Amino acid sequence: MLIDALFLQMGYNATLVAIGAALLGAASGITGTFLFLRKRALVSDAVSHATLPGVCVAFLVLVALGGDGRNLAALLTGSAVSAGLGLLCMNWLTRNTRLAEDAAIGAVLSVFFGFGVVLLTVIQTLGVGRQAGLEGFLLGSTAGMLYTDALVIAGGGAAVLFLVLLTRRPMTMVAFDPEYAAARGLPVSKIDMLMMGLVMAVTVVGLKVVGLILIVALLIIPPVAARFWTERADQVVILAGVLGALAAYLGAAISASAPNLPTGPIIVLMSFALFALSLLVAPNRGVLAAVLRHQRFQRRLHMRQGLLALAQDQTIYEPLTLRLLSRAGLVRADGVATRSGQARAAKALRDERRWDILRRDQAQEAAAALYDGLREIETVLTPDQIAAIDREIGTPKEAF
Amino acid sequence: MGSEFVTLSLTPLLIGIFAAVACALPGNFLLLRKQALIGDAISHVALPGIVVAFLLTGAISTWPMMLGAAGAAVVAVVMIEAIRRLGRIEPGAAMGVVFTTLFAAGVLLLEQSDTSSVHLDVEHALYGNLESLIWLDGTGWGSLLDPQALAYLPVELPRMAATLVVVAGFIALFWRPLKIATFDESFARTIGMRTDLLGLALVITAAIAAVAAFDAVGSIIVIAMFICPPAAARMMTNRLELQIAWSVAFATLSAIIGYVLAGYGPLWIGMGDAVSAAGMIATISGVILAIAAMFGPCRGRAGAPSGV
Repeated sequence: MLIDALFLQMGYNATLVAIGAALLGAASGITGTFLFLRKRALVSDAVSHATLPGVCVAFLVLVALGGDGRNLAALLTGSAVSAGLGLLCMNWLTRNTRLAEDAAIGAVLSVFFGFGVVLLTVIQTLGVGRQAGLEGFLLGSTAGMLYTDALVIAGGGAAVLFLVLLTRRPMTMVAFDPEYAAARGLPVSKIDMLMMGLVMAVTVVGLKVVGLILIVALLIIPPVAARFWTERADQVVILAGVLGALAAYLGAAISASAPNLPTGPIIVLMSFALFALSLLVAPNRGVLAAVLRHQRFQRRLHMRQGLLALAQDQTIYEPLTLRLLSRAGLVRADGVATRSGQARAAKALRDERRWDILRRDQAQEAAAALYDGLREIETVLTPDQIAAIDREIGTPKEAF
Repeated sequence: MGSEFVTLSLTPLLIGIFAAVACALPGNFLLLRKQALIGDAISHVALPGIVVAFLLTGAISTWPMMLGAAGAAVVAVVMIEAIRRLGRIEPGAAMGVVFTTLFAAGVLLLEQSDTSSVHLDVEHALYGNLESLIWLDGTGWGSLLDPQALAYLPVELPRMAATLVVVAGFIALFWRPLKIATFDESFARTIGMRTDLLGLALVITAAIAAVAAFDAVGSIIVIAMFICPPAAARMMTNRLELQIAWSVAFATLSAIIGYVLAGYGPLWIGMGDAVSAAGMIATISGVILAIAAMFGPCRGRAGAPSGV
């Protein structure tokens, strides 16, 4: 079943949902990246919750005009209007009052959503059965997705991608360094508004697939996951798009393969799985890489300290040090240095002495600043310089 | 305003007020510490906690569910902190990752398990059921003195009152440390305060308030009351004591007006049925915030009363 679903063999509707979801995932991953880099990820939470009253008002208007209120395009237009209002309220609150952005987000989110719930109950009292479609906007419902719905989603996603393509450079600059962007003469607040507008567009388009509570996840999780893999903004953007599309596609396919697997939550859990994977195994920023780096550092440190101890005829008690030394064939099982161990130890002690001399020489301050107890002196000085230092140290003296 | 009021409206109104105030009190500190969205996160993650508790015990009973929700809140806080530190990710994004994932897991669990026989669904978790917490034995004002009728008060009422006492007690007890740590955390640390523990205690207190209120009135009120009354109060004054007083007043006002409008408002304009009280209370708190943001004496960034 799952294999069928993954290769789009599950029938017309499932195929439609999978492709639509993948497009949505790509668009939201890419848009979300700018939001994430701008450190305003949770703004999307306010935007998405603010769509609810708009959906309800649009429905009420449609019904009042004599329609059945299920026109997706009209409902999405309504949601866009109220999300836009929410954004304006949020911006006004942060600009004109002393409230911080997080408080403004929370205020807009809860009040708009609360008002939406009031409208939902109004719709419920109008007559049962007709509102059935609206509950689907909370958590997404792809079961009855129509070809026209898929077209709306695809069109919206494509429009978002096109706009991002056009404005990616100024948006990146504003995301990283708004002050610099302002100094360069970029209209920062307009670009911010554009960024929010794109987020709004993605949210509105995604309402039908993952629902307004979970669309936030598609805007936040893929960019955060992508950030682990690279340090370059353009690559983060592309990777976030890919991860978002992958998560949405896999999620839609899995949810089609069995009953009782709602699409929205599965998509979110898939993106979290991708995130967790990135957190663990990403090179450089990943947890596994950090653990390995730490272990390597620990080994080098123990090795170094062990060699210095050997050179000064001190007994080593630390088990890790002994294990490392004996694995390298530098000490015997009873803790006595082998010949190569003695040689390496002598070299280590001599290097320490060389560093001492180097660090006392004020002309070599830059080189001496590189001393951290582990660095090989050969990486800092030329052989000639080392020879000069060695002359200062002199030949090995008799131990006594 | 007679016996019918006591039966149908007195208890939900009181529960609404208690829940609103219990959330608004810690909300003041969360707002000032720029952690306002903690309430949002907690109320999202309470869902999987409640579902897991239900699946483990197989029944809708209060204590396991409260424990489940509280446990989920703790798990969420730990996860946010872990992701923030391990991945070096800004707190907002880490929070977004965690609460959406846990909420999605909760919805999935709910769909997977057979909960159709019991009253447990996402809508209930969101909107609560304030209207249904009626006091059938309260036949009139006299019932308030009748021990037999009092025994059948909805359990949410004493529970919410107890939560309010706990929250208020925590804030009263730790008033000075909370105040110092909120306004100048580094100073608090230099005089030897464990600000990290204090911050955690505040979050846990907020979680207790959120979970108790969540059970009774749904998550919308929780999020709204954590933020809107304290934010509106912030526009009114520069003194923390007064801010808290204002926020309590605003929370109470939202609860009363919201409940009355939801229950009777539709009738006034000629519609047949009441609308969601939870949603209406949140809406009213937003209206209060809007008014305060436009006319409050201390609304500006600099904080000084305008015109002084």
